[in-house]
Amino acid sequence: MRLGVVVFPGSNCEQDVVHAARFLGFGADYVWHGDTDLTGFDGIVLPGGFSYGDYIRCGAVARFSPVMNEVIRFAERGGPVMGICNGFQILTEAHLLPGALLRNDTLKFICREVPLRVEDSACQWLALEPGTVVRVPVNHNEGNFICDAETLEHLRGNGQVVLRYCEPDGSSSHDGSAPNGALDDIAGICNERGNVFGLMPHPERVCDPVVGRTDGQPFFTAMAQRLAEVAG
Amino acid sequence: MALYEIFVTYKKGIFDPPGATAERALRNLGYEGVGSVRIGKFIQLEADADEVAVREMCDKLLANPVIEDYRIESVGEA
Repeated sequence: MRLGVVVFPGSNCEQDVVHAARFLGFGADYVWHGDTDLTGFDGIVLPGGFSYGDYIRCGAVARFSPVMNEVIRFAERGGPVMGICNGFQILTEAHLLPGALLRNDTLKFICREVPLRVEDSACQWLALEPGTVVRVPVNHNEGNFICDAETLEHLRGNGQVVLRYCEPDGSSSHDGSAPNGALDDIAGICNERGNVFGLMPHPERVCDPVVGRTDGQPFFTAMAQRLAEVAG
Repeated sequence: MALYEIFVTYKKGIFDPPGATAERALRNLGYEGVGSVRIGKFIQLEADADEVAVREMCDKLLANPVIEDYRIESVGEA
């Protein structure tokens, strides 16, 4: 698997993603926001950060970068795309994923490790058993996921809710475990097809055991395995 | 060039954390008559464009129709 990690002006997690991917034995290279050729990449990651200073709204300007037209085409062809944190915000602005990410209801920037429960979803990026609890850091000011009631029903019914914030034991009230006010405690969603995945937590930061935890590894290894199987 | 003033606010029903905080703060300051406070954005736009084009600019970039409403006022020449 070779991942293209898009670098927008103001991205700041691209090195973490490239390090995580290479540490796990995958290929990974940077893709500049002005590039328009994604040839040779098996998957695209939009990393965290503050693209274009988060001006207007988080992700609103990045969505119109030249590279995003290609990312949209790549996704529409079924290519795997993962947006982490600011990358998730960009995917919603680009309408590759529904909903939006508002300011945290606490008005505080949140930077800490949180427990997440893996849900039974169509997401191609994650093959963990539903109900598994992973601990992954979040690092954001605008992670308060919101969508209208109809969209929420759609997300639930189609297996598009991939991750929920939960209590340390995996239990969840579906309303109140999220540190940021996110609707239905949603931390990550995918599109109907499952190839486009957006999440607020940062799995790339918990891949190399040197940081003390490896809960993020399955977020990258499942796709690599899937691609290897497809290639036969 | 025409001058437009654009007001962007969260849609009704969308929680506005800064607005809710301002609302609480005003009450804490003793302003008992304070109702709801909603905080939005104000944009001044100079453009050789009609209102249809400005509306398109709002839908595409200046506002996010998923969560925000906007109001455009044409206020003469820049």
